[in-house]
Amino acid sequence: MIALTPQEWTAVALSLRVAAVSTVVALPFGIGIAFLLARKSFWGKSLVDALVHLPLVLPPVVTGYLLLITFGRRAPVGEFLADRFGIVFSFRWTGAALACGIMAFPLMVRAIRLSIEAIDRRLEDAAATLGANPVWLFITITLPLALPGIIAGMMLAFARALGEFGATITFVSNIPGETQTISAAIYTLMQVPGGDRSTLSLVIVAVIISFAALTVSEWLARRAQARLHGT
Amino acid sequence: MLMVEVEKQLGDFAVSALFAGETGATALFGPSGAGKTSVINMIAGLLRPDRGRITLADEVLFDAGAHVDLPAWRRRIGYVFQDGRLFPHLSVRHNLYYGRWMSGHSPDAAAFAHVVELLNIGPLLDRRPGKLSGGERQRVAVGRALLTRPRLLLLDEPLASLDQPRKQDILPYLERLRDEARVPIIYVSHDAAEVRRIATRVVRIEEGRVTATGGVELLSA
Repeated sequence: MIALTPQEWTAVALSLRVAAVSTVVALPFGIGIAFLLARKSFWGKSLVDALVHLPLVLPPVVTGYLLLITFGRRAPVGEFLADRFGIVFSFRWTGAALACGIMAFPLMVRAIRLSIEAIDRRLEDAAATLGANPVWLFITITLPLALPGIIAGMMLAFARALGEFGATITFVSNIPGETQTISAAIYTLMQVPGGDRSTLSLVIVAVIISFAALTVSEWLARRAQARLHGT
Repeated sequence: MLMVEVEKQLGDFAVSALFAGETGATALFGPSGAGKTSVINMIAGLLRPDRGRITLADEVLFDAGAHVDLPAWRRRIGYVFQDGRLFPHLSVRHNLYYGRWMSGHSPDAAAFAHVVELLNIGPLLDRRPGKLSGGERQRVAVGRALLTRPRLLLLDEPLASLDQPRKQDILPYLERLRDEARVPIIYVSHDAAEVRRIATRVVRIEEGRVTATGGVELLSA
């Protein structure tokens, strides 16, 4: 039933790579920003909060366009990164990962922030009286206690990245083998007469991947919860 | 020796305390809501006084005038909380190791064995805090604080969350602790019977102020 052409398999593999890379790279930033928003008060905090949430409310095409005029090859940041570090985003899979990471970032930050806010601060006080300096306290108490939220945040980000379409196609276009993800491939097939059969196969693959990701994250989250509650 | 002279405004409640802690067990005794916990939180470094000075064995822990405020993690003061506050994601053994991990001391098997024996927590070592009874949890919390080799041990109503028979189970451990561990203790309680068994000196605190200092004879007054 699922008979995919090599090009379609490439799209599937690319989607997985883009989603995984964007989730993993976004994670340290997500944890950092979530911690700042949950715990610190500083000048411009509501601005940071708004900026983080912007991709959630902007039309994805607008986000993609903003990425294009910032990270494009002729754009200021894009040119700097390309000349200085050899990092190119435009029309590369790395650009797709960047777009997915930015689109998924608010969901990731929200989940992690909620779990950090739910931590019993009195446990952190106890750790301080046992000699834990702020960095070790964060690593040994705050992070493990926030783990269920971190897993949920990664899952949401991964799922969002798999489903990303608008920002990605606007920023890095729809190049088979480089930036054509499952969503973009389905879109392309739908434009072609007689593409229905392949479309269905890809849709089934997308459903299977999403379902698997959901199951794995549920299982991980349950294990993390159980650890916290002492079983 | 501990010297405490602090003032703190908490909403419309003012805490003002002046007392000295000596070797043995000093009880901060007074009704609930008198500000006892606020005082030991200031000693531990968890609550910052508005004014005053705290010194321990000639080291200044806090001095508002000189802008000295040693963070809690550098004070080396053990603290046993009313609710235990064991880390739920770590086993009992790892809760006990935690202070050593943070200080970077090398393992001291003899000290560990001694504390485990003193508090009779050997059978609990591989359990998780969620599986402990209230009394077991408090014994582990005492052990965890002791194993940081504190210069001073603060106990905040360690028996308050336990029922009467449990209290009677734990009191002998606390007496042994006072007699054998050679750490000066500040013991916060509102229970005169408990204080009579544990304390060698009593500081009475009422409505945020120290109203009397002396021996256990204060309790019958």
